[in-house]
Amino acid sequence: MATTRAFARLATRRIGTDTFCSSTRLNCSYTNTRPAAVQPAIFARGLASVTDSAAREPISKVGEKIVPDPARKPIPESKTSTVKEPEPGKDAKIKTFHIYRWNPDEPTSKPKMQTYTLDLNKTGPMMLDALIRIKNEIDPTLTFRRSCREGICGSCAMNIDGVNTLACLCRIPTDTAKESRIYPLPHMYIVKDLVPDMTLFYKQYRSVKPYLQRDTPSPDGREYRQSKAERRKLDGLYECILCACCSTSCPSYWWNQEEYLGPAILLQSYRWIADSRDEKTAERQDALNNSMSLYRCHTILNCSRTCPKGLNPALAIAEIKKSMAFT
Amino acid sequence: MPRLSGLQKDVLSFYRECLRAVRQKQSDTRENFRAFARSEFRKNIGINKKDFGTIEYLLRNGRRKLETYQDPGIRNISR
Repeated sequence: MATTRAFARLATRRIGTDTFCSSTRLNCSYTNTRPAAVQPAIFARGLASVTDSAAREPISKVGEKIVPDPARKPIPESKTSTVKEPEPGKDAKIKTFHIYRWNPDEPTSKPKMQTYTLDLNKTGPMMLDALIRIKNEIDPTLTFRRSCREGICGSCAMNIDGVNTLACLCRIPTDTAKESRIYPLPHMYIVKDLVPDMTLFYKQYRSVKPYLQRDTPSPDGREYRQSKAERRKLDGLYECILCACCSTSCPSYWWNQEEYLGPAILLQSYRWIADSRDEKTAERQDALNNSMSLYRCHTILNCSRTCPKGLNPALAIAEIKKSMAFT
Repeated sequence: MPRLSGLQKDVLSFYRECLRAVRQKQSDTRENFRAFARSEFRKNIGINKKDFGTIEYLLRNGRRKLETYQDPGIRNISR
């Protein structure tokens, strides 16, 4: 089945190039030297490829080839078909999205909100689906980070309807009367549109030394082993994907980003303090023992409320505070 | 010379920082780096001095660029 489909695609592609060449009367020797459809099916790409991009281009660009040819003659209107936005059906659920836009190429222009409308019947259930659909079909200049689309990578963290969350884990509210507003993570410098600058966040993460520090080898020269109880202490800590939703929801972090580490980083710090295999616990605690790094946490608990993975950074911070108070 | 605002001083000190960083480069390509730094500043010379947001953004961006180009691995620059 896959083989036949690949061959069919190759065939149509050849027809396309041949007609293209004959109409422009260019030197077509490269198409002749190319072996005809001998490429094994396993090397045919299943999804995206550069040659059949027309189908996935935004509606406005469908007519354009990927490599525009200046010598190409305009195709007469009688031989073309017009691609229209499909007529909204009777039961179309049109939802409005207001999205924060800012373009660094025009630094003097102010950030603005841009409005898009989508039919929810033709869109996936999640906010990320809506964003991807807007980027694909309406406005290719919309910029956002996304990768795994299942809440594992933490790329698509943004502020949706006032809550920091991952766009891929956030359902689009089906109430079409209400309009959704999408902003980048609050109090971060913006690179473009919905993309925040995470440099400081990652610098802070590096500062807690998020790796196993040990001087003594394990007794039998094999892995460093833990009991089940010791391992259980890391549950609810190791799942953190560093999406920065919690840190950027914390007012304390907003005002003291330079010094206060923020809930996400403190959770990671506690993950290594709590690890039974780590031998530098005292040094780790020492590094946090100042008025800014840890104690700017005033248990506002926005972090635990917003975490898209359902973790509890506030609890981890409380545990660090406790362990430092009673040693 | 009128009294400068804090932001204007920031920009001037950053400009000096850039020109100082040029001196760390090898003497044969130094002029290229100087020309680049000056052109980057000149590009945005027309910005209104009250447009704080833009100037702060350009300063931040410039600092990051300076950090990148300061790398001793970068030996020449041209456009």
